[in-house]
Amino acid sequence: MTDIGNIALWITLLLSAWTVAVGFLGGRTRRPELMRSAERAMFVMWGLLVIAAIALMRVLLTHDFNVEYVAAYTSRNLPVFYTWSAFYAGQKGSLLLWALVVSTFGSVALLVNRGKYRELTPYVAATLAIVILFFTATMVFASNPFERLAFTPPDGRGLNPQLQNPGMVFHPPMLYLGYTSISVPFSFAVAALISGRLDTGWLHAIRRWTLASWLFLSCGIVLGMWWAYVELGWGGYWAWDPVENASFLPWLTMTAFLHSVMIQEKRGMLKKWNIGLVVLSFLLSIFGTFLTRSGVISSVHSFAQSNVGWFFLVFLVLAAVLGFGLLAWRWPMLQAEAKLESMVSREGAFLFNNLILIVIAFSVFWGTLFPVISEAVRGTKVTVGPPFFNQVNVPLGMMLLLLTGIGPLIAWRKASPENLKRQFLWPTTAMVVTAASLAAVRMTNAWSIVAYALAAFVVGTVLQEFVRGTLARHRLHAEAYPVAFLRLMGRNRRRYGGYVVHLGIVMLFAAFAGLAFKSEREVTLKPGQSVDVKDPYGDTFHITHQGVSQYEQLNRFVTAASVDVLRNGKYIGTMKSEKRQHLDSLGRPTFEPSTEVAIWSTAREDLYVVFAGAVKGTEEAVYKIVINPLVWWVWYGGLVLAFGGLITMWPGAQGPTAASRRRAEPAGYVAQVGA
Amino acid sequence: MRARTKFIIGGSLVLATVGYLMASGIKETGVYYLTPTELAAKVGADQSFYNVGVKMGARVVKGSITRDVASQTITFRATDGVHTYPVVYRGLAPDTFTDEVDVVVEGRLQADGTFRATTLLAKCGSRYEAVPAPNGQGTQPAT
Repeated sequence: MTDIGNIALWITLLLSAWTVAVGFLGGRTRRPELMRSAERAMFVMWGLLVIAAIALMRVLLTHDFNVEYVAAYTSRNLPVFYTWSAFYAGQKGSLLLWALVVSTFGSVALLVNRGKYRELTPYVAATLAIVILFFTATMVFASNPFERLAFTPPDGRGLNPQLQNPGMVFHPPMLYLGYTSISVPFSFAVAALISGRLDTGWLHAIRRWTLASWLFLSCGIVLGMWWAYVELGWGGYWAWDPVENASFLPWLTMTAFLHSVMIQEKRGMLKKWNIGLVVLSFLLSIFGTFLTRSGVISSVHSFAQSNVGWFFLVFLVLAAVLGFGLLAWRWPMLQAEAKLESMVSREGAFLFNNLILIVIAFSVFWGTLFPVISEAVRGTKVTVGPPFFNQVNVPLGMMLLLLTGIGPLIAWRKASPENLKRQFLWPTTAMVVTAASLAAVRMTNAWSIVAYALAAFVVGTVLQEFVRGTLARHRLHAEAYPVAFLRLMGRNRRRYGGYVVHLGIVMLFAAFAGLAFKSEREVTLKPGQSVDVKDPYGDTFHITHQGVSQYEQLNRFVTAASVDVLRNGKYIGTMKSEKRQHLDSLGRPTFEPSTEVAIWSTAREDLYVVFAGAVKGTEEAVYKIVINPLVWWVWYGGLVLAFGGLITMWPGAQGPTAASRRRAEPAGYVAQVGA
Repeated sequence: MRARTKFIIGGSLVLATVGYLMASGIKETGVYYLTPTELAAKVGADQSFYNVGVKMGARVVKGSITRDVASQTITFRATDGVHTYPVVYRGLAPDTFTDEVDVVVEGRLQADGTFRATTLLAKCGSRYEAVPAPNGQGTQPAT
């Protein structure tokens, strides 16, 4: 099996080099046989990488511990579900998954676009082949998943228990899909720059890809938060850890792109900026992997560190030179077709939205890299933590939230006072009323009041849009209200899907603002003893320790502690938190113990109970008890956001794409004439 | 005034604010990240460095951990092979905290030479991988 895998990787390596050559040559000479060859090579590479993936899957499932990767990440008593996820639990498997996904996306992109964008596809194939070449070379020369050991261990080392969680099964592939799918827009940007076809054609070709990768990244990030929250037991879901920040950076630049691209489609502005954002997003997706793999920044969740980091750094530099070099070369062809007429306009709102997103990205980047920067400049490592990120990003986040409400409703070119009054009178009223009521109930945190007031403003704008649109359809087409509402969404998926995404964002902000009211305490309780904890709404949780029990279960030895919980005197349930010591197939302890937290979750708050350990030999237990207001809104906000994203992406003949293409076409011709 | 000029002014205001927030954020919340040896050198050069909040990255000396569950106090010795400091930490240790694991402690070095930690992070010794079995049966860690 490993031979098959190795051979598949080697042929992929050679073929990717071939694709790079014929792709660029074919694009230049326009010789059909070269162009066809580049496309076919992409399909064949996909087939080969599928074979390699099956080979790896097979050695994992058959427990072939002679293969180093299998021995390092699985064991005989690991449940099958997690044996699957071991495919990408380690670096080597992740590299294979990455290459496989790039070739899959590449093949689909070529199949979909080779008819309409014939001038671009050879370059697209060549650029994607560079990415595949890089990943395959890294595998073959530095980090081969099919590497065999000199001996066969009787059992593998098993999968880290913290990764044995459903969140971990779906979180990494989602992030990988997000990271890798950015390579498609990047390859189209490179193709457009090289070929000089800088009209909006390539933007339309990548519209769904950028939405898809944004959606994958969003889901990956939220799933990662969920995993951290339920599995790591520290009571939070975001710690501004370098690895988390690394996934946040491309999300920010992609979000900026999704907005600024609308300005280019409508008004022919921001062309250089948009290409720059695509290139930057791709670089950040590679940078994220570099950061996690190189060990340049020490992180609590550092993964295996290896020389692979330097492969990534070299690739990063080459990709940056390619992307920005081409952009500089085509600079004169990317002149804006219109001028900014007024700050009080949709263009103005979107410009600020982009500025703020990029500034957030920069501050996160700077804070993450500060240990390296300070060491290089001043000779000592200085680290910054959550207080730094919060101090910088809370005000920026508030401005962004405000623009989330303004941007979609304000008029293009120049908003008249009537437009402003018509669109913002009610939302502003909602904002003021919310702020006043929160101040009246003595909410103490000023930033939280600002956040909820702005949230009310944005929800006001979105509701107003839905209500006005539905009423208009009801009047014009005599449709019943529910029908009018659904058709409204269906006919303008991009717009109304976008509103749904904004609602999801508001829910997330509402949840983040709730963090200001988090409280936590540690208590030591004998069986029968209890503790009272007050939540920010003034209700009291009465928590009684029931005792500690020990038993063996599946592949682990469990020590469990239970508490009975009463809320305002009413019984709401028994919560059980566990310490788990995982065992190998011989029953010996393996890995450090892990904690299973108990969470009682409602829309108002979570009660989060962690069993931290028992006093030696007794049933006296130490608990950490956290009141986490509004955490529920993170998960459901994430769902709403994903749902909205799906609406905007949903294919349809009557979609707004066709309409905006018609509008944008003349702009394209101008660019061509200019060439 | 032209819209473009206005945007540049508005944008510069945003940038200036953020620049200020970042600079003050680093100044107020930035923490030295040192090895025990570097910490010893800093303290040797400047006595006032005692009681400055720092982060220290070191390894837990095998067998040095004592836990008092009732008072939730953990003491251990942290070393980089050259310098070793006793560490006192009050609070819950992460699951991954155990012998010979890399830890990052944040706190202050006391004049008596003990490091009083307010946070304790254990770098997953695993790096999401298991430690090799002590009898040498396991494979070598990929470092």
